[in-house]
Amino acid sequence: MSGPDPYTVAGISAGLARSEFSAEEIARHFLARIEALDATINAYVTVTAELAIAQARRADDARRRGEAGPLTGVPVAHKDIFSTSGVRTTCGSRMLADHVAAYDATAVERLRESGMVTLGKTNLDEFAMGSSTESSHFGPTHNPWDLERVAGGSSGGSAAAVAAGLAPVATATDTGGSIRQPAALTGLTGLKPTYGRVSRHGLVAFASSFDQGGLLARTAEDIALVFGAMAGFDERDSTSLDAPVDDYPAALEAPIAGLRIGVQEDQLAHGVDPGVADATAAAIRELEGLGARVRPIRLEHADVGIPTYYMLAPAECSSNLSRFDGVRYGHRAQGAASIEELYVQSRTEGFGLEVKRRILAGTYALSKGYYDAYYGKAQRLRRLIADDYRRAFEEVDVIAGPTTPAPAFRLGDRLDDPIAMYLADVFTVGVNLAGLCAVSVPSGFSDGLPVGLHLTGNHLDEARLLNVAHRFQQATEWHLARPPVEHGRAPESPE
Amino acid sequence: MNGWQPVIGLEVHARLLTRSKLFSGASASYGAAPNTRACAVDLGLPGVLPVLNREAVRMAVRFGLAVGARIASRCIFARKNYFYPDLPKGYQISQYEEPITAGGTIGIESGGAERREVRLTRAHLEEDAGRSVHEGFGGASGIDLNRAGTPLLEIVTEPVINSAADAAQCMRTIHTLVRWLGICDGNMQEGSFRCDANVSVRRAGSGALGTRTEIKNVNSFRFVERAIGYEIDRQIDLVESGGEVVQETRLYDPDRHETRPMRDKEEADDYRYFPDPDLLPVIVDDAFVAEVRDGLPELPDARRERLVREYAVGAAEAAQLVSYREAADYFEAVVEEAGGPGTARLAANWVIGELTGALNREGLRIESAPVDAGRLGRLVRRIADGTISGRMAKTVFEEMWGSDGEPDAIIEIRGLRQVTDTAEIEQLVDAVLAAHPAQVGQYLEGAEKVLGFLVGQVMKRSRGKADPRQANRTLRDRLAERRSSPPPAV
Repeated sequence: MSGPDPYTVAGISAGLARSEFSAEEIARHFLARIEALDATINAYVTVTAELAIAQARRADDARRRGEAGPLTGVPVAHKDIFSTSGVRTTCGSRMLADHVAAYDATAVERLRESGMVTLGKTNLDEFAMGSSTESSHFGPTHNPWDLERVAGGSSGGSAAAVAAGLAPVATATDTGGSIRQPAALTGLTGLKPTYGRVSRHGLVAFASSFDQGGLLARTAEDIALVFGAMAGFDERDSTSLDAPVDDYPAALEAPIAGLRIGVQEDQLAHGVDPGVADATAAAIRELEGLGARVRPIRLEHADVGIPTYYMLAPAECSSNLSRFDGVRYGHRAQGAASIEELYVQSRTEGFGLEVKRRILAGTYALSKGYYDAYYGKAQRLRRLIADDYRRAFEEVDVIAGPTTPAPAFRLGDRLDDPIAMYLADVFTVGVNLAGLCAVSVPSGFSDGLPVGLHLTGNHLDEARLLNVAHRFQQATEWHLARPPVEHGRAPESPE
Repeated sequence: MNGWQPVIGLEVHARLLTRSKLFSGASASYGAAPNTRACAVDLGLPGVLPVLNREAVRMAVRFGLAVGARIASRCIFARKNYFYPDLPKGYQISQYEEPITAGGTIGIESGGAERREVRLTRAHLEEDAGRSVHEGFGGASGIDLNRAGTPLLEIVTEPVINSAADAAQCMRTIHTLVRWLGICDGNMQEGSFRCDANVSVRRAGSGALGTRTEIKNVNSFRFVERAIGYEIDRQIDLVESGGEVVQETRLYDPDRHETRPMRDKEEADDYRYFPDPDLLPVIVDDAFVAEVRDGLPELPDARRERLVREYAVGAAEAAQLVSYREAADYFEAVVEEAGGPGTARLAANWVIGELTGALNREGLRIESAPVDAGRLGRLVRRIADGTISGRMAKTVFEEMWGSDGEPDAIIEIRGLRQVTDTAEIEQLVDAVLAAHPAQVGQYLEGAEKVLGFLVGQVMKRSRGKADPRQANRTLRDRLAERRSSPPPAV
């Protein structure tokens, strides 16, 4: 393959800059691929072809006027939980199946203003609750590496879209692992930023104190190119961090000699797929080869991460989803005889099983008489978990381990076993509980399926994480592997 | 009520006078067309987030300092979860375990009784809900979300009030205070100031509280007093006839003068409060508190005491003048213009009497009075210096009310200048004495009340311009002279 890679942000940005193709051609290239391939993958809920062409033409105009930035004309797909003005924003739920949003989320607005072209909205577990994108009202998303398997979740649509070459980069959200787990399962790089780094304004809330917007792309370099445009303080989100945004691309090339990597001693011991364990160990050796020093660490409360998370996140969800009552917007049941009936029927019909399960669990956890034993206790554990990380980061710069215990599972395999489903998040929830940043990087294969290396960074240490991931990707080729669905053909050059 | 003690606690909701809402940038003004003052945040659209209005925090702290409450250096917002159509998010953002102010007292005085202190439990910030409109939608209900998200300060007293009259007086005092502080317009018709009352009764001397009922949303002082009075009687009757008070919410019907159980719109008995994860804890530092404290006006109690001390105004008048700040300000400005504290009693009579009467007739507030303090002060000055009589002043005042004329100009044009020239008065008096020998004779024989008739004749002859005090004095002097020397032969 010669010329710029039309499947990476870096390649497209370079090709556009050198006029090797136009933004409109690139948009049409991806729209054609979506048209051809998405029926089997189901990565998109909504394809915004007209919008994409219009935005691409504006990008080309801007470039002709000499007003183009590095992202002008680069396509992006948005997880369908980010509000997009004039475009339906479904959250993968029947409740919002016809809901056209009235405004752009801050993340969407910022990427649009940087000149990116919106291809469409990607599939997800309903309201981002799940680890397989099977709870979507719009059907499951298939893993491009094996169509019988899940693409992970909840950002499975964004992951499958990028993995199958239906978008070069996609926004995603991570509440307990929803960016990193799909990244690992589809062979992508996924960044879950520090809590508060990306505005939550317009990100439909699942669990407010955990939710964080981020990116899925092929490489750390691609994420670095886009992330700066999306991150930063937003006065419309009280929890967004008022701290300067780093120059992420500039930080990519720094050598990592002397980097202190913490590895949890017993993490690979129980319940981890041998292929995942081997790939993780090899990846860590690779980093050592680049000059990093590994030292053992102990996160004493790591074992209670899952129960703590599954107490707190549903509690917040039970309240956040109360606004979906059939009164002002969204699904409204027909024939209700009273306001109570309207609520009950609209919500019964509008929400799927997993969402109902979490609303019920969360309602219970907040109930009078149970609050202290459940919600209160989980909050205390959350602080202990955060303290564990704080102490660890006094000794090390990043923490490395596997992103998931196993590669992608078969569609339907865990639908009847919510606990097994929840355990997919076992290595990722700690980061959300502590509000830290983390990245998942392709680190090999197990039985032909991609697996990921999980790197956790300290607060606002995204630049370092992307630096380490980039150096790792310069030394390895896992991120270059393409799933069988991938055709990898460059669009025709302009006449 | 023999042998029974009522126990009352109040929850007052004061809508804060911020320009925008508690958590959104939409206008918090009242009275716009339905749903034109509601933005995406107020509508609870998917993905929107609350951002706290700093001005509301300032107003809450202002209140806290004025009642001597503890200002929390860190407070948090909590979600109160319940479903109702005019509650767009399915929860109200309020404060639960850590309110912005705790404690404090409200001093109440009424009916000449000794001053009593009502302890406050707390005051906290919360957002108001929208409004459901049940008429005019053909059996369906309309929702107006203009009010949704407007900032309220909920002021909660301890259950320490023991009569309906004291409860109403406590509500009045809080009403005066929040308006005085400029944090609430106090408009009860528009619901800017609402009161819930928790009422229970117990046997006198008993320490334990009885079961309470809550009377919701009473929007006048008179109704509060009557509603609580009714509820106290109802509970006593109930218990004395062997019944039991049920803990419930009741609504007062002023037309039938009774309270009735209300189907509570917030029917849930478990609101599942938890800290709102969309909002950070509010940190109120010492510098902020100091800044608010520096900006506090002289408070009503202090103002009242000063009016009595500096101006020798009567206690009742002073209490009336501090019923709101604009009245007290107006009064002091009148005194200043009229010539200082010596004119204060006269000024007080005019502000409380003539001015207030005219304002009430036209439904105006003192700050929009057609006669400003400067003009009224200059009028009072002319009464005080004897240029015109009180009666003339009323004529001048009426003319001032309908024009922007200065009192001196009106006095001049209308020829209202009072006759104070001694020679002129003496001439008038002599003429009257000559014209009414019979009455003079009666007076000299001891019928002193005839003097009033004679004064009236002097005023009549002067066409109202004579200074009545001077006429009175001159008459007495002349009559006294006749007593001591026999009248000249006619």
